[in-house]
Amino acid sequence: MKGDLRNSHCVDCIGEMGLDGMLAEYLPILIFLGIAVGLAIVMMMASVIMAKQHPDSEKISSYECGFEAFDDARGRFDVRFYLVAILFIIFDLEVAFLFPWAVSLSDVGLFGFWSMVIFLVILTIGFAYEWKKGALEWE
Amino acid sequence: MITTDLTMALPEIFLACAATTLLLFGAFRGEQGASFISALSVAVLAIAFGLIFLGNRPEGVAFGGLFVVDAYGDYMKLVVLVAAGFGILMTQRFIEREGMDRFEIPVLMVLATLGMLMMISANDLMSLYVGLELQSLSLYVIAAIRRENLKSSEAGLKYFVLGALSSGMLLYGSSMVYGFTGATDFAVIGENLSVALSTGGVPEIGLIVGLVFICAAIAFKISAVPFHMWTPDVYEGAPTPVTAFFASAPKVAGITLFARVLSDPFGSLVGEWQQIIVFVALASMILGSLAAIKQTNIKRLMAYSSIGNIGYALVGLAAGTQAGIEGLLIYMTIYIFMNMGTFACILSMRQKGTMVENIEDLKGLSKTSPLMAFALTVFMFSMAGIPPLAGFFGKYVVFAAAVDAGLTTLAVIGVLTSVIGAFYYLRIIKVMYFDEPTASFDKPIGGEMTLVLTVSSVFIVFFILFSSPIMDGAALAASALFAG
Repeated sequence: MKGDLRNSHCVDCIGEMGLDGMLAEYLPILIFLGIAVGLAIVMMMASVIMAKQHPDSEKISSYECGFEAFDDARGRFDVRFYLVAILFIIFDLEVAFLFPWAVSLSDVGLFGFWSMVIFLVILTIGFAYEWKKGALEWE
Repeated sequence: MITTDLTMALPEIFLACAATTLLLFGAFRGEQGASFISALSVAVLAIAFGLIFLGNRPEGVAFGGLFVVDAYGDYMKLVVLVAAGFGILMTQRFIEREGMDRFEIPVLMVLATLGMLMMISANDLMSLYVGLELQSLSLYVIAAIRRENLKSSEAGLKYFVLGALSSGMLLYGSSMVYGFTGATDFAVIGENLSVALSTGGVPEIGLIVGLVFICAAIAFKISAVPFHMWTPDVYEGAPTPVTAFFASAPKVAGITLFARVLSDPFGSLVGEWQQIIVFVALASMILGSLAAIKQTNIKRLMAYSSIGNIGYALVGLAAGTQAGIEGLLIYMTIYIFMNMGTFACILSMRQKGTMVENIEDLKGLSKTSPLMAFALTVFMFSMAGIPPLAGFFGKYVVFAAAVDAGLTTLAVIGVLTSVIGAFYYLRIIKVMYFDEPTASFDKPIGGEMTLVLTVSSVFIVFFILFSSPIMDGAALAASALFAG
């Protein structure tokens, strides 16, 4: 079945639909970009025009969470931050995968269900490993 | 339907389950050293070997065309499993002595092996990428496993950065191929291409660009010139048994994948990729033999030697014929044993409890440990391609295939570089037999080293007597690749 799906991708889609037809499919994205840029400009201009401006050096300096914004890039900080960030990314991605899976569960069927369960089991094994190794303990 | 699919992938599924179980087992067991996990890992690889060798699985494609089982894949999987099993065997004692006894190392090696089996069975650009990444990610970690050691970290980082670059190139090439053929499935790509070409079309330039990118990425993984730059540094920096592992199993898997990709989906573009492979093979052979001459560190020397050996194996691929693929398979099988044996010797080079790895340290080995000197002599003569040792037959079959395919110049240059290469192999023998000993190596070298040394030297010396199963297997495997 999967093979058929692949076959149905035509070799020269552009030739059949025409370049304009293909570009038309991207029109919503163009509109979205336009709205995003427009909205950003409106909000920034509104704050420049309407808000009271009392700048001082602390207010206008750029802000970055937890660091001096302008510092030697080779400064040291605790490796545990990396560990937490990496562990977070893994489980964040897991949720990112789970969401479309949950939405399309009726289409992917039993095979899709079990595929995801296997994926979750593998992640859980990883979780058990890192727990046992003490990666989750801060001290 | 799905049960058939699962049966066909049984060795891979078994390896995956076993590797995760071993990981959990090791983690819950705590800090008790790796020797038990190592032994279990070797057993797991042996069972996977049995499943392939005796399993009698159905052949064909599975999982909607993502996975293929054929005699070609099976043959190479067996070779990879043997190489990986030897690799884990040689690792255990080393990591105990060097104070890096972590159970993750054998588990990662099993996972890397699983990735290699996936690569060999890949029948789709997607499953190819997934297999390649599983292998590469495991290898990056074991290259840098000695993270307090500057050279090991350097090796891991270099390997990772360049490996990530080559993965990126592979993905870029795959996307081009998908864009121009409308498929990622090897069979469909091949069909679409031959239909397009048979109606008098010329291949589009974008498709060729995609093909070249894929070739460059795989050439990176098998360290063929001009994508070899990482090899000497990584081989020197990584712990020695890890280097032994790097130089064997991943190369076999990579070159198997290379041959499948080029002859399966891109078989009708043989005119286009043949020139690339001829160039890569030539450059690898020449650089491998010339750059090795000046090396003093035996691990760096082996890195250049492996580059040269990949060049010789690629000569078989460059021929583009069934005989060429057969030669490639035989060459890689023999290469595994020569390589494993040589590394078993290198791993036994210990003086007063520490590793030494300079060629100078081999001085007078024939007087201090005559048996090891004899074994190393066998491997060096075999690498140099001197009959009646196995290495000669490996070179003979690939060069014969190249001559039959009309690539006489390539074969002649190959023979010339192998003569140049003989210089540095013979220099090692000269150092061992004609120089005065300065210090002797520690004894005993350990049971598993003796086993690896014995098996490989017996294989190399007596290949001429019992070569027929390997020759027949390779012939069957090559015909399977060309039938599909």
